[in-house]
Amino acid sequence: MSKKTYYNAEDLNKFGNISEFSPELGKKFFDYYGEVFKEGELTEREKALIALAVSHTVQCPYCIDAYTSGSLEKGATEGQMMEAVHIAAAIRGGASLVHGVQMMNKTKELLM
Amino acid sequence: MTLATLKRRQHLLSYAKKQLDFLNQPKESGEQFTSFESKLNQTGLDPLKPTKIDIFQVNVGYMCNLTCGHCHVDAGPDRKEIMTRETMQECINSIKDTDISTVDLTGGAPEMNPDFRWFVEELSKINKRVIVRSNLTIILANPKYNDLPEFFAKHKVEVVCSMPHFTRLRTDSQRGDGVFDKSITCLKMLNEVGYGKEGTGLMLHLVHNPSGAFMPGSQESLQKEFKKKLFDAFGIIFNDLYAITNLPISRYLDYLINSGNYENYMQKLIDSYNPDAAANVMCRNTISISWDGYLYDCDFNQMLEMKLKDENLQHIRNFDLEALEAREILVNQHCYGCTAGSGSSCGGATS
Repeated sequence: MSKKTYYNAEDLNKFGNISEFSPELGKKFFDYYGEVFKEGELTEREKALIALAVSHTVQCPYCIDAYTSGSLEKGATEGQMMEAVHIAAAIRGGASLVHGVQMMNKTKELLM
Repeated sequence: MTLATLKRRQHLLSYAKKQLDFLNQPKESGEQFTSFESKLNQTGLDPLKPTKIDIFQVNVGYMCNLTCGHCHVDAGPDRKEIMTRETMQECINSIKDTDISTVDLTGGAPEMNPDFRWFVEELSKINKRVIVRSNLTIILANPKYNDLPEFFAKHKVEVVCSMPHFTRLRTDSQRGDGVFDKSITCLKMLNEVGYGKEGTGLMLHLVHNPSGAFMPGSQESLQKEFKKKLFDAFGIIFNDLYAITNLPISRYLDYLINSGNYENYMQKLIDSYNPDAAANVMCRNTISISWDGYLYDCDFNQMLEMKLKDENLQHIRNFDLEALEAREILVNQHCYGCTAGSGSSCGGATS
């Protein structure tokens, strides 16, 4: 049976190779990316936890791998990481539910 | 959970040669890991030579009251290798008239060597900066060690102690159940005699080793986090945090293999090779002496039984500083641990 899947864990290490087809844009992206994750008003640990939550929202397995390691490296605890995932889950759930207002508005518009 | 040492279990990895064989074998796919020597070569550092020897690191024995999961020494209560007072005297004779500034005492738990206090006192007399690498908990392990904080303070010993994380869970998972609480008590005892406090000159540094198969993050950032968490929760203060990468040898290598993390961890170290860190590796300014008086390029090479390349320089009785500073440093695959990311040394990040 073929082991090929759309996602391969090894491809995470090849992330830097995206510059190959467009070096200038690749460089601009990685320069920006590097700046974003430097310690600023937020600590590196806080940024890694935000990235971990966003990774779950965009459902990127590479990002989940990278920011699980990244959060651990920066001293985050299991509790902090799980809370970050729940924030992602709450926003995703809330984002669906808030559209319920649209559904309710439309329903009220259509019903006698 | 208490681990037995690899040596007690007669584990294959308790033999240095088996460890080196493992580190040099191909991946499961058959592909070879890039050799450390070739990486050095690509960055113009091969052969690796010392800069100037400033740190004399003495391993006074492998006996320890703990058996931590990441220990590169495979230290533990059943290890009997211990440095004699005669060898300590040879160390003192070798360095007393040199400009080597620092003596770094390590183990095992160096405090368990019966001549430890004598050695510290003699080193103080010849005006060397003395560092002790303490596991903290030894202070509470037996009443005869309870006054160690006062002893350290009296001789202005710089204390570098293990504290993998500011949470109980993460610390105990690496070092054994109950270690976190004991360590907190011991840190408070050190603070009480002035360690970590401004103006006392008594330096207290913590060592963070990741409790798992990942590298340490930014030392600066982790230090801020550790300082805040330990002060807020326990009122503990300290000077610096050293973030040290776990090297894939001994009990940590056993953990990596058993947990299925070995290949990924090794590849991550290789991918994170940093030429600036490589230029500042600790073996360039340090010499390591084993309990039986043999010389090594570092404590890790000591555990892998990689004695100095030149046979005439291999024992403390033949100590020759000029020749040692001209030697060639031996490297192998474990050296990736010191050159990955921000670099790693007994003093923390190197770049």
